[in-house]
Amino acid sequence: MTEKIEITLDINGRRHVVRVEPRRTLVDAIRDDCGLTGTHIGCEHGVCGACTVLIGGEPVRSCLMFAVQADRKEIRTVEGLAQGDALHPLQRAFMEHHGLQCGFCTPGFLMLAAGVLEREPEIGDADLIEVLSSNLCRCTGYQNIVKAVRAAAAEMRAK
Amino acid sequence: MNRMERRETWVGRSIRRVEDPALVTGRGRFTADLTAAHWVRFVRSPVAAGTIERITAPQGASLITAADLAAVKPIRPMLHKFGYVPVEQPILASEVVRFVGEPIGAVIAASEEEAEDLADCVEVAIAESTAVIRAADALAAGAALVHKNVRGNVIIEARHSTPDFDAARKAAHRRLSVEVRSRRQNAMPLEARGGHATYDPASGRIFFTCSTQTPHLMRTVIADLIGMPESELRVIAPDVGGGFGQKMSLPLEYVVLVWLARKLKSSVAWREDRRENLIASFHSRDQQIRLEGSFDRAGKFVALAADVTANVGAYSCFPTTCAVEPLMGLAELPGPYDIRAYSCVARAVLTHTCPMAPYRGVTRPVITLALERLMDRAAAKLDLDPLEIRRRNLVDRFPYVSATGLVLDEASYRETMELAAATLDVAAFRARQHEGRSQGRFLGLGFATFSERTGYGTPAFAARGMELTPGWEKVELTMDPSGFVEARIGASPHGQGLRTTLAQIIADELAIEPAQIAVVHGDTDRTPYGFGTFASRSLVIAGGAALIAARKVRLKLIKLASHLLEAAPEDVVLEAGNAKVAGTDRLLPIAALARAAYHQAHRFDGEIEPGIMEAATYDPPGTFSNACHAAIVEVDIETGQVGIEKFVVAEDAGRLINPMVVDGQIHGGVAQGIGNALLEEIIYDETGNILTTTLADYLPPTVREIPPIEVHHRETLSEATITGAKGLGEGGAIGAPAAIINAINDALAPFKISIDEIPATPQRIRAALRAAQANA
Repeated sequence: MTEKIEITLDINGRRHVVRVEPRRTLVDAIRDDCGLTGTHIGCEHGVCGACTVLIGGEPVRSCLMFAVQADRKEIRTVEGLAQGDALHPLQRAFMEHHGLQCGFCTPGFLMLAAGVLEREPEIGDADLIEVLSSNLCRCTGYQNIVKAVRAAAAEMRAK
Repeated sequence: MNRMERRETWVGRSIRRVEDPALVTGRGRFTADLTAAHWVRFVRSPVAAGTIERITAPQGASLITAADLAAVKPIRPMLHKFGYVPVEQPILASEVVRFVGEPIGAVIAASEEEAEDLADCVEVAIAESTAVIRAADALAAGAALVHKNVRGNVIIEARHSTPDFDAARKAAHRRLSVEVRSRRQNAMPLEARGGHATYDPASGRIFFTCSTQTPHLMRTVIADLIGMPESELRVIAPDVGGGFGQKMSLPLEYVVLVWLARKLKSSVAWREDRRENLIASFHSRDQQIRLEGSFDRAGKFVALAADVTANVGAYSCFPTTCAVEPLMGLAELPGPYDIRAYSCVARAVLTHTCPMAPYRGVTRPVITLALERLMDRAAAKLDLDPLEIRRRNLVDRFPYVSATGLVLDEASYRETMELAAATLDVAAFRARQHEGRSQGRFLGLGFATFSERTGYGTPAFAARGMELTPGWEKVELTMDPSGFVEARIGASPHGQGLRTTLAQIIADELAIEPAQIAVVHGDTDRTPYGFGTFASRSLVIAGGAALIAARKVRLKLIKLASHLLEAAPEDVVLEAGNAKVAGTDRLLPIAALARAAYHQAHRFDGEIEPGIMEAATYDPPGTFSNACHAAIVEVDIETGQVGIEKFVVAEDAGRLINPMVVDGQIHGGVAQGIGNALLEEIIYDETGNILTTTLADYLPPTVREIPPIEVHHRETLSEATITGAKGLGEGGAIGAPAAIINAINDALAPFKISIDEIPATPQRIRAALRAAQANA
């Protein structure tokens, strides 16, 4: 075992000081060291996107990043998507349009879409589909994920 | 859900799911969220066949091997029919290894990483022997035997023939054959498997949390194998991240975890990684089907012969056994067609590959592909429209007893097909197809009509000769003193929204709102015995049991109200949260009845048992849903790439409890069917190594490969189910491959080739086109 390094993970506005091995992935640190288990692990090789979180507002696959690389960076996970009790438009839209079944991929899709729509609410439909093709869902056939994201985008544009 | 909205019934409405608020906020609870004092990493066989000579652990490593598990029984799934030969699988391979990925040891460490590091350092010496990987190789004369007691590697060979078959076949106007091949798939739930076993010092029991579709079955089989009373084991299925069949079978790894927690008197966890899931969970669909259809001059079936071969891997799974694929093919192959003369031989062949287990649809995606290819080929030969030949053959009298004795209940085979065709405007498409061809664009239209056997109880499973015969489900309903209802169910959902849909059924019966009903599942301490979720059964069977239990509670509420309101029971009605005396303004809130049942029992003069708790079981005969899938595709003949332009589903699953949930099930099934048709393939090399060990090699569809899916419903109410609802969990996956492959063949008709192998990858399509051009 290699020596552990102390880092600070700034997740959803709260600072977590943790000691991790340099090889520890960010997703393991978020889940196991910080106890935020809303971010899921689906493949650990950067394909499925279940572990997507936002770093500095950008969607990142947290299984492909070491925790030490995220030291002192601003991280946002699904637990930080709602503002208190007020759900994010994407969260409401996923419930309204049945954009989830087992819910395992959902946090990753929410963060992927949040990262893109918060930066670019005017994104065109073809580009939106391109973005959503980054992540895998095995339950919904994507039909209602697309519907939900479009609906949330419309709401976010209107604001 | 909007609580102010008032409609006549909750059933039939697309209310939002109660499951969702936790899942969209990161508060879902999945097995891998738990941490443990000890972590397990399995050491797996690197070779497909061989004899273990030595296993050496690095210094200081804690390694469990078969010798440590000497007191634990091997699994030996049994089927008392068709000459099935039972095979044993030790929990950890003891002497012989039979597939790449087979667990041969378990390393225990204080962290997951450490366990993984140490497992990598375990030295395994195996004397390799000849591996048989393909079914054809395993069936060849003199082939190496996967299990010594299974002659010719054929673990089961089942036959069925109607007495009139030979005569009918002989008298036919035209006979023609098709042969289809489905490559191997993985159900690939996004959450891989995993378990967490912990010792409870107060009770001495083991609490085992795991990703499973069948918690009660897991408790039974694990306790049996270890030799402990079931009462000492509590199995919990928390949120389960999809399963699609893969999580109904016993993972042997789970037995090791429970055994370790007992031995260490501590907590032990394992999280399967994606590579393990792809190589060593369960596979399916590795099948070859040959059909010979005999037709009269009008294109009506006079006989069907079938030969089904399933490559089922190295062992037999618990509880269904590996015979499930060929036996389902044998029983259900005549499909939705009126075929009186039928002959079939169906076999399961052992190979040195990962064992098979049920995956959404089981054999039906492949038998539907075979039958629907046959229909299209026959239509072409007999100069009939593909829809017309189906029209002449689809069953349209009910109940219909099939050539294998299955009872097809009231359904809408022809109506759904006509509906799908009308939606697509076939004539307009043909014009567009014609025009496209002149511009070098190859468009195709394909149909698949099929029946989906769902919601079957014990008689259907018993007919397969299963030693452990699943089928019934139980629901316990308690109304507490505040008037809220808890429904405890033996079934175990894994994403299909059963907590919402069962509450809708119960709410209508009790005249309360779904929000007042909590459905409890997935904990053997909290729920009655049940079998879990598989075979499109949960809503039909648990839903039926919920309805019967709710009717009992309703009767009790009426009795209570009749006493308190001093009215005849037949004059009491339940409505909008109240019990009313019909035609009067006398009423009592249902919550007040509940309060009285518990806290004022004396008011009932000993005539009504205190409290409100009723239970019911349901064990139905089974029913058939039906659907027609239709696809429009375009094939790029330069690259072999297939694009799906349009996909239409016209389906009939009886009464829709929650249309939103129904559509979701269909969408997901179709997407898996599209993966089956075009993309997904587990590939072994000739030595039995798997080449598809990541999701960059094994390719489930992304949003870009799935077109908008248009769904139309019919609701035929058959008497075969008490709620009127038929199952539909699998249909999407059953019809899609056949519709797409028929569409591809329609597109490529000018080249006179037939694509009959799935997935129809660009490579396969290009190879067929090249061969056709070489022959031209």
